Amino acid sequence: MVSSQIIILAIAATSVATFISRFMGALTSEKVSVKSKVFQWFNCVAYSTLAALLGRMIIFPAGVLADSTLSLRVFVLVICILVFIVSKKNLVIPTILSAVLLSFFNSI
Amino acid sequence: MINPKTFFQGLKSLKGSRSPAIPLGACFIALGALLKDAGFNLKQSAASSLFTYALPGQLVMAESLLVGASIVNIFIAVWLVNFRLYPMTVSLFPLLDHKSQPKWKYYLSCHFLAVTSWLIAKDGYKKIDKKHRIDFWIGIGIGTWSTAIIMTVVGYLSADYLNKDMLIGLAIVNPVYFFCMMIGAMKNFSVSIAVVGGTILGPFIYLISTEWALLFAGLIAGTIAFLFGGKNGE
Repeated sequence: MVSSQIIILAIAATSVATFISRFMGALTSEKVSVKSKVFQWFNCVAYSTLAALLGRMIIFPAGVLADSTLSLRVFVLVICILVFIVSKKNLVIPTILSAVLLSFFNSI
Repeated sequence: MINPKTFFQGLKSLKGSRSPAIPLGACFIALGALLKDAGFNLKQSAASSLFTYALPGQLVMAESLLVGASIVNIFIAVWLVNFRLYPMTVSLFPLLDHKSQPKWKYYLSCHFLAVTSWLIAKDGYKKIDKKHRIDFWIGIGIGTWSTAIIMTVVGYLSADYLNKDMLIGLAIVNPVYFFCMMIGAMKNFSVSIAVVGGTILGPFIYLISTEWALLFAGLIAGTIAFLFGGKNGE
């Protein structure tokens, strides 16, 4: 069990480390015009970084997700993306389905 | 000060068939349960979502604490995993900029920046009058942020009733939601290359460096997308 003081310090460190990137972003934004090349570059980098995070979450997940198999995670993801496309971009159905599918297949 | 009509337009993004409430709820319930496991009390768990509100960073924090990492190590690990918020802010805030709006709105509301709110704002900003876009963003932010905090508490309180298979099920919801949103965002060539490139490079570079993977994958795939997408005139 971790001590309470360490936990509070960890929450503070995590929050500061996170806010720095957001605040720096807000400051940089003041100098970036929507029509500039720099903005387009940032846009591409943002989407790529996000996609990289998602790819990592599926292939090398942290937390409880690591206790399911890779093939099962990819299977559930593909099914849900197909449902998303077929349902004309409804997000509620595929997200609920993903939890049900993975819980079910992981328990058998 | 804040335009109520656009604020509520933002807040209402929690409703309907494109609602982020379920994926947000699912992942923060799972987080609440995980924090309880890691030895957090209820207030500390709520405070973590209140002040950090960035799930991957919170996961890194909890896992680092469990293996006994130092505070400095936690800081660096969280900074690296949450650095994505920097390019994300820079690719969103200029769209919300208006000279009639006070700067404090931007400085405070940048706290709401997370993947979910960012994807919703990117999807919907065009429909909003330029002058009030920041209020639209604040509406989205308040909605998603408060959902996250409440669901962390719910997860903490219901931890004893959630078995492992249910938690695993909850944990997949968020990546699935994000992938769907990103596929929905692939409307032009450069974004499509950025998404596909990042998805492939992220796990690949992770094999070489776990901590720097996101940063490098984002930079490399993003730059390729920028150069290549630009040439094709989009």
